[in-house]
Amino acid sequence: MSSLSILIVASLLLFCFISVLVGIWRLRWAYAVALAGMALALVAAGTGFYRVLADGELRYFLGGWPPPFGIEYVLDHLSAFMVVIIVFIGLIAVIYPPEAGLYHTPRRGISAYGLVLLLIAGLVGVVVTGDLFNLFVFLEIYSLASYALITMGGDKAVVASFRYLILGTIAGSFYLLGVGFIYFSTGTLNMADAARLLTPLYGSPTIMAAVALIVVGMGIKMALFPLHVWLPDAHSYAPPVVAAILAAIQIEVAAYVIVRMMLTIFQPQYFIDIMPITTIIGWVAAAGIIFGSVMAIAQKDFKRMLAYSTVAQVAYIGLGIGLANQLGMIGALLHILNHAFMKSCLFLVAGGIRYQTGLHKISQFAGLGRKMPLMMSAFTVAALSMVGIPPTAGFFSKWYLVLGGIEANNWVFVAVILASSLLTAVYFFRMIEKLFATPSGGDPAVEQAREPSARILTPIIILAIGIIVLGLINALIVSYVLQPVVALLP
Amino acid sequence: MVIIDLFLSRYVYFMIVVLLAIGLYGMLGKHNLMKKLIGMNIFQTAIFIFFIEGAAKRGGSVPVIDEILGMEAAQYVNPLPHVLILTGIVVAISLTGVALAFLLVIYRTYKTLDDRAIMANMKESAE
Amino acid sequence: METVYSLKPLLAVLVSLVAVAFIVIPNQRPNVRESWTILAALAKFALVASMLPLILQGKSPAITLFAISPGISLALRVDYLGIIFGLSASFLWILTSFFSMGYVRSIPEHKQTRYFASFAICLSATMGIAFAANLFTLVIFYEILTIATYPLVIHRETPGAIFGGRKYLVYLLTGGVFLLFALALTYQLSGTVDFQAGGILPALTAKSSVIMLFTLFLLSFGVKSAIMPMHSWLPTAMVAPTPVSALLHAVAVVKAGVFGFARAIGFIIGPSMLHESGASGFLAALTAATILVASLIALRQDNLKARLAYSTVGHLSYIVLGLTLFSPSAWIGALLHIVNHAMMKITLFFCAGAIHVKTHCENVSQLNGIGRQMPLTMAAFAIASVGLAGIPPVNGFISKWYLVQGSYDAGQIVFVVILLLSGLLNAGYFFSIVVRAFFAPSDKFTRFDEASKLMIVPLVITAVLSLLMGIFPDRIPYFFQLASSAAQSVFGGGGL
Repeated sequence: MSSLSILIVASLLLFCFISVLVGIWRLRWAYAVALAGMALALVAAGTGFYRVLADGELRYFLGGWPPPFGIEYVLDHLSAFMVVIIVFIGLIAVIYPPEAGLYHTPRRGISAYGLVLLLIAGLVGVVVTGDLFNLFVFLEIYSLASYALITMGGDKAVVASFRYLILGTIAGSFYLLGVGFIYFSTGTLNMADAARLLTPLYGSPTIMAAVALIVVGMGIKMALFPLHVWLPDAHSYAPPVVAAILAAIQIEVAAYVIVRMMLTIFQPQYFIDIMPITTIIGWVAAAGIIFGSVMAIAQKDFKRMLAYSTVAQVAYIGLGIGLANQLGMIGALLHILNHAFMKSCLFLVAGGIRYQTGLHKISQFAGLGRKMPLMMSAFTVAALSMVGIPPTAGFFSKWYLVLGGIEANNWVFVAVILASSLLTAVYFFRMIEKLFATPSGGDPAVEQAREPSARILTPIIILAIGIIVLGLINALIVSYVLQPVVALLP
Repeated sequence: MVIIDLFLSRYVYFMIVVLLAIGLYGMLGKHNLMKKLIGMNIFQTAIFIFFIEGAAKRGGSVPVIDEILGMEAAQYVNPLPHVLILTGIVVAISLTGVALAFLLVIYRTYKTLDDRAIMANMKESAE
Repeated sequence: METVYSLKPLLAVLVSLVAVAFIVIPNQRPNVRESWTILAALAKFALVASMLPLILQGKSPAITLFAISPGISLALRVDYLGIIFGLSASFLWILTSFFSMGYVRSIPEHKQTRYFASFAICLSATMGIAFAANLFTLVIFYEILTIATYPLVIHRETPGAIFGGRKYLVYLLTGGVFLLFALALTYQLSGTVDFQAGGILPALTAKSSVIMLFTLFLLSFGVKSAIMPMHSWLPTAMVAPTPVSALLHAVAVVKAGVFGFARAIGFIIGPSMLHESGASGFLAALTAATILVASLIALRQDNLKARLAYSTVGHLSYIVLGLTLFSPSAWIGALLHIVNHAMMKITLFFCAGAIHVKTHCENVSQLNGIGRQMPLTMAAFAIASVGLAGIPPVNGFISKWYLVQGSYDAGQIVFVVILLLSGLLNAGYFFSIVVRAFFAPSDKFTRFDEASKLMIVPLVITAVLSLLMGIFPDRIPYFFQLASSAAQSVFGGGGL
């Protein structure tokens, strides 16, 4: 038993409140407190990750009640992996200065860091909890925080956030209903216990309905095509840091819930053979990859293009789940990590451009590459990774997905992955060409543009370096972290 | 006859399904944002009723070991769903509160709560 | 071939990457920046050349870095084939660097830092391709090469350059995507991606799988080797500055595609398995058609660089044709032609660059009598033209001789005819330029006025080397021995 798992959530929640309270008194300190909280959480997450790799899973019984009566928090390979990603991206998001990242005004600054910490706490909670209902509570905590954060993007963001709130609540309610079915069939809410009790009930239509409800609910949350309708508005109107968190880790947490359902609560066979869920997710995701990529090509606004790109990228994760073999799942989980780095880097670049020049349309970016070489080099690294050029990280998620596709003999999926690389290349190289090879049209905003301050650059450069490092060390991640996770799969 | 029996024994569930349907229709079919919010509340309430109904027991007693209230554990009403739903209600109230705040801002900005008018307005200002 | 641990292959790859860091230091004088380039080029060539004695002894310097995917390592290993490509590319980089300096100063080019930095990255990637010990490593460097060449293609930043860049990316990235597929399929079929002379596919691999894998290689490496109908990016990419066209579009980039074919055919699929599957016949026919069609198109080009580009398309297909034939002689011819064509074609591009800098002429029809103004340049041009037409005593003859002999050995008389016919066409489109330059009357070009020494010396060196390699094929510098050892290892099954 180890309290590390609860420590991450608890420290985030605690610092969330301290940050809000301190912020009322001294705004600058709210930032420091949030940073301290995130740093502490990262240390705890890193320690937890290390101990899971060394000793195996860590459990904590909340209030000392042993499961199945009490709520337990579990750090295993999968959740430790997710927690480190979430907390790391959260820390990067907090380092990024609020004036560029949150369209910050002093009055709003108070709640902003509290909300960011609350959002991260909710995401971590979903990942570490071993209890089905507790997962719902954390799901709603992070959703509420994100609704509020999105509205910081202005008037349009409020409308987008309201629409997301309605759909997000449908998703959460579907999940709750599904959990209700499972609870009344098995009498337990503990995941490990439910896994044991569910095995004899695999034929039951109630359980099938429960699984269908949960998967649809999480499908909405992870914006899996065609349930993505809320995403483009919400992500493009949200402030850059919020968009980065939402795109990089929030929707991936919903994908995590599906993976957890498939691997822990049910046996993979249930999702593959008894109910054709992986097949459906796979084909829907294949359509989503093409749809998202094509829509991204059609966009003129940089952040909106990134939002549609997210629809396509999250569908890669869906496709990996849909392949229903070890290599496909490795590709999906690795893509959660890689996409977190790439997409947060890109959104932070969008924030940097907006802050330095006030521009947000791609057509206005001509000549910016000369003015901000460092930031735009980081952008180029992230863009190349999105396209899947080795040795950047994005190449390797595609590599495992293609291997999985060949192993599953699913040539259509292989073709979709490969075709989407080209579609992605279209919209990212269009922008690279604008930045570096098109002479500026004399726009004063571009002419006067300067490289942003070190506070904006540091997180962006860290992420860009991370993208290359993750690519080079992917073999370590796959063999030590992901292979134990997917061992159950065929 | 079978159908009527089924209905009589399970009528609460049918009502829940009806409520869920009304709620979904409100959220997805209505154009007024306030009606969407009301639909959301109906939808959530239906789920709460489902949990409470699942825990209900005819002639059951409070789950407290007491000589007057009853010592038989089998007669206890399951307390867990009630506790869960208390949490659920808290979540629902927070969501409603946040949503109402959004609606205030939206109304102040656009002077309407009609989905179509707001969308048209947003598209206009984008160009 | 015995493997010995050595750091040299890695250093040879990294030295130009390190140079990039020095090249991009802001606010330094052009002389200082260019001296980094020259220094890196010399160091790279020295490193590659220092491995030659080891290779000739039958030892293969190798280094395994780290696992890049479970079961697959990032690894470098220099064998006969790799050193042929590595030597020619690194040697020609030295000459191109000097030529580039002369070129960018004569026509003040903008953004020279980006230019020299991209060039250095390209050379690192080329060495990586040459020395890759497995297909995964090769793919990584291959894609880096694709991306690093893009800034050079769009260097001028004119609408034409941007269009050329787009076309380049569409073709090359599509090829890259098929290459990823081919890589994954290779891994799934054979459980390894390590190169091994004679092939690594299990003996029982289904014929359909072999054909599919070969088709994927064709669709990926075929783009860089500019096999028709996947060639049209190459003439368009000629908008790049001439030194780029010279080194990358005659030596490094396109030869990387051809080299990929050599690895895929000789070290992944294996010539015998490919021959049995019957898939190679299709590629051979495609290359034969490319040779003829490209030569015919070249005849009609007035733009000098476009004519050179189509000539390159044709000559690349010579090499690929040789590789597809089931004959060691054809392989020797093909591998020799990698070096010989590089030497001759870079001479021609250097000449085109010198002419452009001095006279701003880009079209063949403007070159009447230019031999009077630039006799050295045009003499070099004439030597290289003779070689490309396959006439002794220039080195092009040697490689063509082996290609013809290989076609004859493989029983493909039709290819013998096509190679000879193509020689005639080559003579047609190159000699017309030479004749025009020396014998046509002109009132423009009367005074002797050559381009700067930085440009003339490299092109004279390559022309003289072409000549010497034709006269002493087995002395300079062991290329013949290397090529025959490489062919032997692939066909002999043992050895490497």
